[in-house]
Amino acid sequence: MFRNQYDTDVTTWSPAGRLFQVEYAMEAVKQGSAAIGLRSKTHVVLACVNKANSELSSHQKKIFKVDDHIGVAIAGLTADGRVLSRYMRSECINYSFTYESPLPVGRLVVQLADKAQVCTQRSWKRPYGVGLLVAGLDESGAHLYYNCPSGNYFEYQAFAIGSRSQAAKTYLERRFGTFQNSSREDLIKDALFAIRETLQGEKLKSSICTVTVLGVGEPFHILDQETVQGLINAFEMAGEEAPAADQGAAGEEGAAGEVVAAAEEGAAPEEGAATEEGAAPMDI
Amino acid sequence: MTKQQANWSPYDNNGGSCVAIAGADYCVIAADTRMSTGYNILTRDYSKICKLADKCVMASSGFQADVRALQKHLAARHLIYQHQHNKQMSCPAMAQLLSNTLYYKRFFPYYSFNVLGGLDNEGKGCVFTYDAVGSYEKVGYSSQGSGSTLIMPFLDNQLKSPSPLLLPALDAVTPLSEPEAVDLVKTVFASATERDIYTHTVHPFNTALSNFSLDVLQGDKLEIVILNASGIRREYMDLRKD
Repeated sequence: MFRNQYDTDVTTWSPAGRLFQVEYAMEAVKQGSAAIGLRSKTHVVLACVNKANSELSSHQKKIFKVDDHIGVAIAGLTADGRVLSRYMRSECINYSFTYESPLPVGRLVVQLADKAQVCTQRSWKRPYGVGLLVAGLDESGAHLYYNCPSGNYFEYQAFAIGSRSQAAKTYLERRFGTFQNSSREDLIKDALFAIRETLQGEKLKSSICTVTVLGVGEPFHILDQETVQGLINAFEMAGEEAPAADQGAAGEEGAAGEVVAAAEEGAAPEEGAATEEGAAPMDI
Repeated sequence: MTKQQANWSPYDNNGGSCVAIAGADYCVIAADTRMSTGYNILTRDYSKICKLADKCVMASSGFQADVRALQKHLAARHLIYQHQHNKQMSCPAMAQLLSNTLYYKRFFPYYSFNVLGGLDNEGKGCVFTYDAVGSYEKVGYSSQGSGSTLIMPFLDNQLKSPSPLLLPALDAVTPLSEPEAVDLVKTVFASATERDIYTHTVHPFNTALSNFSLDVLQGDKLEIVILNASGIRREYMDLRKD
Protein backbone atom coordinates (compact mmCIF):
# COMPACT_ATOMS: atom_id res chain seq x y z
CA MET A 1 0.00 0.00 0.00
CA PHE A 2 1.50 3.26 -1.09
CA ARG A 3 0.50 6.89 -0.64
CA ASN A 4 -1.90 8.16 -3.29
CA GLN A 5 -4.21 11.10 -3.90
CA TYR A 6 -7.31 9.34 -2.53
CA ASP A 7 -6.12 8.63 0.96
CA THR A 8 -6.39 12.02 2.67
CA ASP A 9 -10.00 11.86 3.85
CA VAL A 10 -11.98 8.93 5.08
CA THR A 11 -14.87 10.24 3.00
CA THR A 12 -12.99 9.98 -0.29
CA TRP A 13 -13.43 6.88 -2.46
CA SER A 14 -10.60 5.68 -4.64
CA PRO A 15 -11.39 4.88 -8.29
CA ALA A 16 -11.08 1.21 -7.39
CA GLY A 17 -13.85 1.57 -4.79
CA ARG A 18 -11.64 1.54 -1.71
CA LEU A 19 -11.57 3.75 1.35
CA PHE A 20 -7.88 3.99 2.06
CA GLN A 21 -8.19 5.63 5.47
CA VAL A 22 -10.21 2.66 6.67
CA GLU A 23 -7.61 0.27 5.31
CA TYR A 24 -4.84 2.26 6.97
CA ALA A 25 -6.77 1.95 10.23
CA MET A 26 -6.71 -1.81 9.81
CA GLU A 27 -2.94 -1.59 9.36
CA ALA A 28 -2.78 -0.05 12.82
CA VAL A 29 -4.32 -3.22 14.22
CA LYS A 30 -1.49 -5.25 12.72
CA GLN A 31 1.08 -3.10 14.50
CA GLY A 32 -0.30 -3.92 17.93
CA SER A 33 1.00 -6.90 19.88
CA ALA A 34 -0.78 -10.17 19.35
CA ALA A 35 -4.12 -11.12 20.82
CA ILE A 36 -5.81 -14.47 20.24
CA GLY A 37 -9.17 -15.95 21.05
CA LEU A 38 -10.66 -19.44 20.80
CA ARG A 39 -13.91 -20.99 21.85
CA SER A 40 -15.50 -24.31 22.57
CA LYS A 41 -19.15 -25.09 23.12
CA THR A 42 -19.00 -23.92 26.72
CA HIS A 43 -15.90 -21.77 27.16
CA VAL A 44 -14.08 -18.90 25.47
CA VAL A 45 -10.43 -18.11 26.11
CA LEU A 46 -8.71 -14.83 25.26
CA ALA A 47 -4.96 -14.44 25.52
CA CYS A 48 -2.55 -11.70 24.59
CA VAL A 49 1.11 -10.85 24.59
CA ASN A 50 2.07 -8.04 26.94
CA LYS A 51 4.48 -5.61 25.36
CA ALA A 52 5.96 -2.90 27.53
CA ASN A 53 7.62 0.18 25.99
CA SER A 54 10.70 -0.33 28.09
CA GLU A 55 11.86 -2.41 31.02
CA LEU A 56 10.97 0.50 33.30
CA SER A 57 7.33 0.79 32.32
CA SER A 58 4.36 -1.45 32.96
CA HIS A 59 2.67 -3.14 30.05
CA GLN A 60 -0.52 -1.83 28.50
CA LYS A 61 -3.79 -3.39 29.44
CA LYS A 62 -5.14 -5.26 26.42
CA ILE A 63 -7.89 -7.41 27.85
CA PHE A 64 -10.89 -5.85 29.54
CA LYS A 65 -13.78 -7.31 31.44
CA VAL A 66 -16.95 -5.86 29.98
CA ASP A 67 -19.42 -7.80 32.08
CA ASP A 68 -19.54 -11.14 33.88
CA HIS A 69 -20.39 -12.79 30.58
CA ILE A 70 -18.36 -10.70 28.11
CA GLY A 71 -14.68 -9.88 27.77
CA VAL A 72 -12.68 -8.15 25.06
CA ALA A 73 -9.08 -8.32 23.87
CA ILE A 74 -7.72 -5.50 21.72
CA ALA A 75 -4.86 -4.91 19.30
CA GLY A 76 -3.85 -1.58 17.83
CA LEU A 77 -4.36 1.84 19.38
CA THR A 78 -4.99 0.83 22.97
CA ALA A 79 -6.43 4.24 23.81
CA ASP A 80 -9.19 3.66 21.27
CA GLY A 81 -9.65 0.21 22.76
CA ARG A 82 -10.03 1.61 26.25
CA VAL A 83 -12.69 4.04 25.12
CA LEU A 84 -14.61 1.33 23.28
CA SER A 85 -14.43 -0.94 26.33
CA ARG A 86 -15.94 1.80 28.41
CA TYR A 87 -18.73 2.11 25.85
CA MET A 88 -19.33 -1.64 25.94
CA ARG A 89 -19.43 -1.70 29.73
CA SER A 90 -21.88 1.15 29.73
CA GLU A 91 -24.14 -0.63 27.22
CA CYS A 92 -24.11 -3.80 29.32
CA ILE A 93 -24.98 -1.93 32.49
CA ASN A 94 -27.81 -0.02 30.83
CA TYR A 95 -29.25 -3.18 29.26
CA SER A 96 -29.14 -5.04 32.59
CA PHE A 97 -30.76 -2.11 34.32
CA THR A 98 -33.66 -2.02 31.85
CA TYR A 99 -34.18 -5.72 31.16
CA GLU A 100 -32.73 -7.33 34.31
CA SER A 101 -30.84 -9.79 32.13
CA PRO A 102 -27.41 -9.90 30.49
CA LEU A 103 -26.89 -8.25 27.12
CA PRO A 104 -26.71 -10.87 24.37
CA VAL A 105 -23.23 -10.77 22.81
CA GLY A 106 -24.52 -10.64 19.27
CA ARG A 107 -26.33 -7.39 20.01
CA LEU A 108 -23.28 -5.79 21.56
CA VAL A 109 -21.02 -6.52 18.60
CA VAL A 110 -23.58 -5.07 16.20
CA GLN A 111 -23.72 -1.90 18.26
CA LEU A 112 -19.93 -1.76 18.28
CA ALA A 113 -19.79 -2.32 14.53
CA ASP A 114 -22.34 0.44 13.90
CA LYS A 115 -20.33 2.76 16.09
CA ALA A 116 -17.22 1.97 14.06
CA GLN A 117 -19.08 2.47 10.78
CA VAL A 118 -20.09 6.00 11.78
CA CYS A 119 -16.42 6.92 11.90
CA THR A 120 -15.95 5.77 8.33
CA GLN A 121 -18.59 8.12 6.99
CA ARG A 122 -17.91 11.45 8.72
CA SER A 123 -15.37 13.88 7.35
CA TRP A 124 -14.57 15.21 10.80
CA LYS A 125 -13.87 11.82 12.32
CA ARG A 126 -11.31 9.10 11.89
CA PRO A 127 -11.84 5.34 12.14
CA TYR A 128 -11.01 3.61 15.43
CA GLY A 129 -7.53 2.15 15.12
CA VAL A 130 -8.22 -0.94 17.13
CA GLY A 131 -9.35 -4.50 16.43
CA LEU A 132 -11.47 -6.15 19.10
CA LEU A 133 -11.82 -9.82 19.90
CA VAL A 134 -15.09 -10.04 21.80
CA ALA A 135 -15.62 -13.19 23.85
CA GLY A 136 -19.09 -13.77 25.24
CA LEU A 137 -21.48 -16.29 26.64
CA ASP A 138 -25.22 -15.94 26.37
CA GLU A 139 -28.32 -18.07 26.00
CA SER A 140 -27.30 -19.13 22.52
CA GLY A 141 -23.94 -20.43 23.74
CA ALA A 142 -20.31 -19.36 23.67
CA HIS A 143 -19.21 -16.83 21.03
CA LEU A 144 -16.07 -15.20 19.73
CA TYR A 145 -16.33 -12.19 17.44
CA TYR A 146 -13.80 -10.00 15.71
CA ASN A 147 -14.72 -6.33 15.25
CA CYS A 148 -12.81 -4.42 12.58
CA PRO A 149 -12.14 -0.68 12.35
CA SER A 150 -14.07 -0.88 9.08
CA GLY A 151 -17.29 -1.60 10.92
CA ASN A 152 -17.38 -5.25 9.87
CA TYR A 153 -17.62 -8.03 12.35
CA PHE A 154 -17.24 -11.76 11.99
CA GLU A 155 -17.81 -14.71 14.26
CA TYR A 156 -14.95 -17.15 14.70
CA GLN A 157 -14.12 -20.48 16.28
CA ALA A 158 -10.64 -19.10 16.83
CA PHE A 159 -8.77 -16.05 15.61
CA ALA A 160 -5.62 -14.03 16.16
CA ILE A 161 -4.90 -10.36 15.52
CA GLY A 162 -1.91 -8.07 15.87
CA SER A 163 1.72 -8.50 14.94
CA ARG A 164 2.93 -12.02 14.06
CA SER A 165 -0.65 -13.21 14.37
CA GLN A 166 -0.24 -15.23 11.15
CA ALA A 167 1.89 -17.71 13.08
CA ALA A 168 -0.84 -18.13 15.66
CA LYS A 169 -3.50 -18.38 12.96
CA THR A 170 -1.58 -21.14 11.24
CA TYR A 171 -1.48 -23.07 14.49
CA LEU A 172 -5.17 -22.45 15.16
CA GLU A 173 -6.13 -23.46 11.62
CA ARG A 174 -4.50 -26.81 12.16
CA ARG A 175 -6.22 -27.42 15.48
CA PHE A 176 -9.57 -25.68 15.29
CA GLY A 177 -11.47 -28.85 14.47
CA THR A 178 -11.00 -30.05 18.05
CA PHE A 179 -11.96 -26.79 19.76
CA GLN A 180 -15.72 -27.16 19.73
CA ASN A 181 -15.61 -30.10 22.11
CA SER A 182 -12.42 -29.17 23.94
CA SER A 183 -12.26 -29.15 27.68
CA ARG A 184 -11.52 -25.89 29.45
CA GLU A 185 -7.95 -26.96 30.20
CA ASP A 186 -7.21 -27.99 26.61
CA LEU A 187 -8.60 -24.73 25.34
CA ILE A 188 -6.27 -22.76 27.62
CA LYS A 189 -3.36 -24.96 26.58
CA ASP A 190 -4.09 -24.31 22.91
CA ALA A 191 -4.29 -20.59 23.64
CA LEU A 192 -0.86 -20.66 25.24
CA PHE A 193 0.57 -22.63 22.32
CA ALA A 194 -0.86 -20.09 19.90
CA ILE A 195 0.68 -17.27 21.91
CA ARG A 196 3.99 -19.06 21.89
CA GLU A 197 3.83 -19.18 18.08
CA THR A 198 3.68 -15.41 17.92
CA LEU A 199 6.73 -15.07 20.11
CA GLN A 200 8.93 -16.64 17.41
CA GLY A 201 11.43 -18.21 19.73
CA GLU A 202 11.22 -15.89 22.71
CA LYS A 203 10.63 -17.88 25.87
CA LEU A 204 7.00 -18.06 26.94
CA LYS A 205 6.62 -16.85 30.51
CA SER A 206 3.51 -15.83 32.42
CA SER A 207 4.95 -12.33 32.85
CA ILE A 208 4.69 -11.58 29.15
CA CYS A 209 1.21 -12.89 28.52
CA THR A 210 -2.29 -12.52 29.92
CA VAL A 211 -4.85 -15.30 29.75
CA THR A 212 -8.57 -14.91 30.51
CA VAL A 213 -11.33 -17.48 30.68
CA LEU A 214 -15.10 -17.24 30.39
CA GLY A 215 -17.50 -20.14 30.48
CA VAL A 216 -20.71 -21.74 31.66
CA GLY A 217 -20.83 -21.14 35.40
CA GLU A 218 -17.57 -19.22 35.24
CA PRO A 219 -17.73 -15.43 34.98
CA PHE A 220 -15.07 -13.69 32.91
CA HIS A 221 -11.84 -13.40 34.83
CA ILE A 222 -8.10 -13.08 34.32
CA LEU A 223 -6.01 -16.10 35.32
CA ASP A 224 -3.37 -15.12 37.83
CA GLN A 225 0.30 -15.31 36.94
CA GLU A 226 1.03 -18.39 39.09
CA THR A 227 -1.73 -20.43 37.46
CA VAL A 228 -0.53 -19.45 34.00
CA GLN A 229 3.11 -20.19 34.80
CA GLY A 230 2.04 -23.53 36.24
CA LEU A 231 0.27 -24.41 32.99
CA ILE A 232 3.27 -23.35 30.92
CA ASN A 233 5.60 -25.45 33.06
CA ALA A 234 3.27 -28.41 32.85
CA PHE A 235 3.23 -28.62 29.08
CA GLU A 236 6.84 -27.71 28.62
CA MET A 237 7.97 -30.31 31.13
CA ALA A 238 5.83 -32.94 29.42
CA GLY A 239 8.07 -32.30 26.42
CA GLU A 240 5.12 -31.45 24.24
CA GLU A 241 5.84 -29.20 21.34
CA ALA A 242 3.43 -27.49 19.01
CA PRO A 243 2.83 -29.94 16.11
CA ALA A 244 4.90 -27.94 13.61
CA ALA A 245 7.35 -26.11 15.82
CA ASP A 246 8.93 -23.90 13.12
CA GLN A 247 12.21 -22.34 14.17
CA GLY A 248 10.94 -22.34 17.73
CA ALA A 249 13.95 -23.95 19.38
CA ALA A 250 16.48 -22.47 16.99
CA GLY A 251 15.61 -18.80 17.32
CA GLU A 252 16.27 -18.40 21.04
CA GLU A 253 19.01 -15.83 20.79
CA GLY A 254 18.00 -12.18 20.61
CA ALA A 255 19.90 -11.70 17.35
CA ALA A 256 17.98 -14.43 15.60
CA GLY A 257 14.76 -12.94 16.95
CA GLU A 258 15.60 -9.53 15.49
CA VAL A 259 16.30 -11.00 12.07
CA VAL A 260 12.94 -12.71 12.13
CA ALA A 261 11.23 -9.53 13.27
CA ALA A 262 12.76 -7.49 10.43
CA ALA A 263 11.62 -10.07 7.91
CA GLU A 264 8.16 -9.99 9.45
CA GLU A 265 7.81 -6.24 9.08
CA GLY A 266 8.63 -6.53 5.40
CA ALA A 267 6.02 -9.23 5.04
CA ALA A 268 3.32 -7.42 7.02
CA PRO A 269 1.97 -5.11 4.27
CA GLU A 270 1.30 -8.13 2.10
CA GLU A 271 -0.87 -9.63 4.78
CA GLY A 272 -3.35 -6.83 4.13
CA ALA A 273 -6.05 -8.69 2.29
CA ALA A 274 -5.49 -12.01 3.98
CA THR A 275 -6.35 -10.75 7.46
CA GLU A 276 -9.62 -9.32 6.30
CA GLU A 277 -10.83 -12.57 4.86
CA GLY A 278 -10.24 -14.22 8.19
CA ALA A 279 -8.30 -17.36 8.86
CA ALA A 280 -10.43 -20.29 9.90
CA PRO A 281 -13.80 -21.24 8.52
CA MET A 282 -16.02 -21.31 11.53
CA ASP A 283 -18.28 -23.82 13.11
CA ILE A 284 -21.40 -22.00 14.39
CA MET B 1 -63.24 29.04 46.62
CA THR B 2 -60.49 26.81 48.06
CA LYS B 3 -57.50 25.81 45.99
CA GLN B 4 -57.92 22.44 44.28
CA GLN B 5 -55.58 19.78 45.62
CA ALA B 6 -54.05 16.92 43.66
CA ASN B 7 -56.13 13.79 44.05
CA TRP B 8 -53.39 11.53 42.77
CA SER B 9 -50.11 11.00 44.55
CA PRO B 10 -47.04 9.49 42.91
CA TYR B 11 -46.09 8.03 46.26
CA ASP B 12 -47.39 5.24 48.48
CA ASN B 13 -46.13 3.99 51.80
CA ASN B 14 -45.54 0.25 51.94
CA GLY B 15 -44.76 0.35 55.65
CA GLY B 16 -42.31 -1.69 57.66
CA SER B 17 -39.30 -0.89 59.79
CA CYS B 18 -35.53 -1.31 59.54
CA VAL B 19 -32.82 -1.37 62.16
CA ALA B 20 -29.05 -1.47 62.05
CA ILE B 21 -26.50 -1.83 64.85
CA ALA B 22 -22.73 -1.45 64.49
CA GLY B 23 -20.30 -3.48 66.56
CA ALA B 24 -16.53 -3.54 66.96
CA ASP B 25 -16.07 -6.11 64.19
CA TYR B 26 -19.60 -6.81 62.91
CA CYS B 27 -22.74 -5.07 61.76
CA VAL B 28 -26.34 -6.26 62.12
CA ILE B 29 -29.01 -5.03 59.73
CA ALA B 30 -32.62 -6.13 60.09
CA ALA B 31 -36.01 -5.39 58.58
CA ASP B 32 -39.45 -6.99 58.68
CA THR B 33 -40.80 -8.65 55.56
CA ARG B 34 -44.30 -7.25 55.44
CA MET B 35 -45.30 -5.07 52.49
CA SER B 36 -48.59 -3.22 52.95
CA THR B 37 -50.64 -0.46 51.44
CA GLY B 38 -53.12 1.35 53.67
CA TYR B 39 -54.68 -1.27 55.91
CA ASN B 40 -54.05 -4.09 53.46
CA ILE B 41 -51.20 -6.52 53.21
CA LEU B 42 -49.64 -6.91 49.76
CA THR B 43 -47.24 -9.66 50.73
CA ARG B 44 -45.74 -11.15 53.86
CA ASP B 45 -42.52 -12.11 52.19
CA TYR B 46 -40.76 -9.08 50.73
CA SER B 47 -37.13 -8.28 51.48
CA LYS B 48 -36.28 -4.66 52.23
CA ILE B 49 -32.59 -5.48 52.53
CA CYS B 50 -30.18 -5.18 49.61
CA LYS B 51 -26.50 -6.02 49.40
CA LEU B 52 -24.83 -3.14 47.60
CA ALA B 53 -21.21 -4.28 47.95
CA ASP B 54 -19.23 -7.03 49.65
CA LYS B 55 -19.16 -5.11 52.91
CA CYS B 56 -22.15 -2.85 52.56
CA VAL B 57 -25.84 -3.62 53.03
CA MET B 58 -28.79 -1.26 52.83
CA ALA B 59 -32.22 -1.61 54.42
CA SER B 60 -34.96 0.75 53.28
CA SER B 61 -38.54 1.33 54.25
CA GLY B 62 -41.04 3.63 52.60
CA PHE B 63 -42.26 3.38 49.02
CA GLN B 64 -40.81 0.10 47.75
CA ALA B 65 -41.00 1.04 44.07
CA ASP B 66 -38.69 3.97 44.80
CA VAL B 67 -36.56 1.73 47.01
CA ARG B 68 -36.14 -0.79 44.18
CA ALA B 69 -35.25 1.95 41.69
CA LEU B 70 -32.71 3.33 44.15
CA GLN B 71 -31.16 -0.12 44.71
CA LYS B 72 -30.81 -0.71 40.94
CA HIS B 73 -29.27 2.71 40.47
CA LEU B 74 -26.70 2.13 43.20
CA ALA B 75 -25.89 -1.35 41.91
CA ALA B 76 -25.19 0.05 38.43
CA ARG B 77 -22.99 2.78 39.88
CA HIS B 78 -21.13 0.19 41.90
CA LEU B 79 -20.41 -1.84 38.77
CA ILE B 80 -18.94 1.24 37.08
CA TYR B 81 -16.79 1.87 40.16
CA GLN B 82 -15.51 -1.71 40.07
CA HIS B 83 -14.59 -1.42 36.38
CA GLN B 84 -12.70 1.80 37.03
CA HIS B 85 -10.98 0.97 40.31
CA ASN B 86 -10.72 -2.81 40.18
CA LYS B 87 -12.09 -3.17 43.69
CA GLN B 88 -15.33 -3.05 45.66
CA MET B 89 -16.65 0.19 47.13
CA SER B 90 -16.09 0.63 50.85
CA CYS B 91 -19.07 1.28 53.10
CA PRO B 92 -18.21 4.96 53.76
CA ALA B 93 -17.80 5.51 50.01
CA MET B 94 -21.18 3.92 49.32
CA ALA B 95 -22.65 6.06 52.10
CA GLN B 96 -21.56 9.22 50.32
CA LEU B 97 -22.80 7.91 46.98
CA LEU B 98 -26.21 7.17 48.46
CA SER B 99 -26.43 10.64 49.93
CA ASN B 100 -25.56 12.25 46.59
CA THR B 101 -28.00 10.01 44.73
CA LEU B 102 -30.82 10.96 47.07
CA TYR B 103 -30.10 14.68 46.90
CA TYR B 104 -29.92 14.52 43.12
CA LYS B 105 -33.69 14.03 43.30
CA ARG B 106 -34.18 16.77 45.84
CA PHE B 107 -37.24 18.11 43.99
CA PHE B 108 -38.95 14.77 43.34
CA PRO B 109 -37.44 12.62 46.08
CA TYR B 110 -37.08 8.88 46.41
CA TYR B 111 -39.63 8.09 49.11
CA SER B 112 -37.10 5.86 50.78
CA PHE B 113 -35.95 5.89 54.39
CA ASN B 114 -32.61 4.14 54.50
CA VAL B 115 -30.15 2.71 56.90
CA LEU B 116 -26.82 1.62 55.51
CA GLY B 117 -24.78 -0.91 57.45
CA GLY B 118 -21.43 -2.52 56.87
CA LEU B 119 -17.75 -2.75 57.69
CA ASP B 120 -15.32 0.08 57.06
CA ASN B 121 -11.83 -0.43 55.62
CA GLU B 122 -10.51 -1.46 59.04
CA GLY B 123 -13.20 -4.07 59.57
CA LYS B 124 -15.08 -2.05 62.17
CA GLY B 125 -18.86 -1.95 62.00
CA CYS B 126 -20.47 1.23 60.71
CA VAL B 127 -24.06 2.38 60.33
CA PHE B 128 -25.29 5.39 58.38
CA THR B 129 -28.78 6.76 58.69
CA TYR B 130 -30.56 8.87 56.09
CA ASP B 131 -33.61 10.97 55.46
CA ALA B 132 -35.43 10.92 52.11
CA VAL B 133 -33.26 13.63 50.53
CA GLY B 134 -29.83 12.40 51.53
CA SER B 135 -29.01 14.04 54.81
CA TYR B 136 -26.88 11.41 56.53
CA GLU B 137 -24.83 10.73 59.60
CA LYS B 138 -22.55 7.97 60.80
CA VAL B 139 -24.01 6.48 63.97
CA GLY B 140 -23.65 3.43 66.17
CA TYR B 141 -27.22 2.27 65.59
CA SER B 142 -30.37 3.51 63.91
CA SER B 143 -33.91 2.64 62.88
CA GLN B 144 -36.15 3.93 60.12
CA GLY B 145 -39.71 3.29 59.04
CA SER B 146 -43.15 3.06 60.58
CA GLY B 147 -41.91 1.46 63.82
CA SER B 148 -38.90 3.71 64.27
CA THR B 149 -40.64 5.97 66.79
CA LEU B 150 -41.13 2.91 68.98
CA ILE B 151 -37.76 1.30 68.29
CA MET B 152 -35.39 4.26 68.50
CA PRO B 153 -36.06 5.24 72.14
CA PHE B 154 -35.61 1.60 73.15
CA LEU B 155 -32.29 1.38 71.32
CA ASP B 156 -31.20 4.64 72.94
CA ASN B 157 -32.00 3.15 76.31
CA GLN B 158 -30.17 -0.14 75.64
CA LEU B 159 -27.16 1.12 73.71
CA LYS B 160 -26.58 4.25 75.79
CA SER B 161 -25.33 6.38 72.95
CA PRO B 162 -23.22 9.23 74.28
CA SER B 163 -24.35 12.67 73.34
CA PRO B 164 -22.90 13.90 70.04
CA LEU B 165 -22.32 17.22 71.78
CA LEU B 166 -19.68 15.74 74.06
CA LEU B 167 -16.05 16.38 73.30
CA PRO B 168 -13.88 14.50 72.58
CA ALA B 169 -16.20 12.59 70.22
CA LEU B 170 -16.76 9.10 71.56
CA ASP B 171 -16.66 5.95 69.47
CA ALA B 172 -20.07 5.17 68.06
CA VAL B 173 -19.92 1.39 67.93
CA THR B 174 -21.64 -0.64 70.58
CA PRO B 175 -19.62 -2.76 73.01
CA LEU B 176 -22.17 -5.57 72.64
CA SER B 177 -21.07 -8.90 71.21
CA GLU B 178 -22.56 -10.13 67.95
CA PRO B 179 -25.02 -12.65 69.49
CA GLU B 180 -26.13 -10.01 71.99
CA ALA B 181 -26.76 -7.51 69.23
CA VAL B 182 -28.78 -10.03 67.17
CA ASP B 183 -30.80 -10.84 70.27
CA LEU B 184 -31.44 -7.18 70.91
CA VAL B 185 -32.71 -6.75 67.36
CA LYS B 186 -35.16 -9.61 67.80
CA THR B 187 -36.40 -8.18 71.10
CA VAL B 188 -36.79 -4.75 69.56
CA PHE B 189 -38.88 -6.02 66.68
CA ALA B 190 -40.96 -8.18 68.98
CA SER B 191 -41.94 -5.05 70.91
CA ALA B 192 -42.51 -2.91 67.86
CA THR B 193 -44.84 -5.52 66.40
CA GLU B 194 -47.11 -5.36 69.37
CA ARG B 195 -47.99 -1.73 68.75
CA ASP B 196 -47.17 -0.91 65.12
CA ILE B 197 -49.73 -2.34 62.71
CA TYR B 198 -47.41 -1.92 59.78
CA THR B 199 -44.58 -3.86 61.32
CA HIS B 200 -45.07 -7.44 62.05
CA THR B 201 -43.02 -9.87 64.00
CA VAL B 202 -43.96 -12.84 66.09
CA HIS B 203 -43.32 -12.90 69.80
CA PRO B 204 -40.21 -15.05 69.87
CA PHE B 205 -40.17 -18.29 71.87
CA ASN B 206 -36.72 -17.74 73.24
CA THR B 207 -34.83 -14.50 72.80
CA ALA B 208 -31.66 -15.94 74.30
CA LEU B 209 -31.12 -18.28 71.35
CA SER B 210 -29.61 -16.40 68.45
CA ASN B 211 -29.34 -19.22 65.95
CA PHE B 212 -32.81 -19.13 64.51
CA SER B 213 -32.47 -20.02 60.87
CA LEU B 214 -36.01 -20.85 59.93
CA ASP B 215 -36.93 -20.15 56.38
CA VAL B 216 -40.68 -20.13 56.92
CA LEU B 217 -42.60 -20.30 53.68
CA GLN B 218 -45.49 -18.07 54.60
CA GLY B 219 -46.18 -15.41 57.17
CA ASP B 220 -44.43 -12.25 58.17
CA LYS B 221 -40.83 -12.59 59.15
CA LEU B 222 -37.93 -10.63 60.48
CA GLU B 223 -34.96 -10.76 58.14
CA ILE B 224 -31.58 -10.27 59.80
CA VAL B 225 -28.31 -9.84 57.93
CA ILE B 226 -25.04 -10.04 59.82
CA LEU B 227 -21.78 -8.80 58.28
CA ASN B 228 -18.46 -9.69 59.81
CA ALA B 229 -14.92 -10.66 58.89
CA SER B 230 -16.02 -14.12 57.77
CA GLY B 231 -18.60 -12.73 55.35
CA ILE B 232 -22.35 -12.26 55.25
CA ARG B 233 -24.93 -14.36 57.06
CA ARG B 234 -28.71 -14.21 56.82
CA GLU B 235 -31.22 -15.28 59.50
CA TYR B 236 -34.98 -15.26 59.69
CA MET B 237 -37.29 -15.06 62.67
CA ASP B 238 -41.00 -15.56 62.57
CA LEU B 239 -43.09 -12.53 63.40
CA ARG B 240 -46.66 -12.11 64.60
CA LYS B 241 -48.94 -12.37 61.60
CA ASP B 242 -51.87 -10.28 62.76
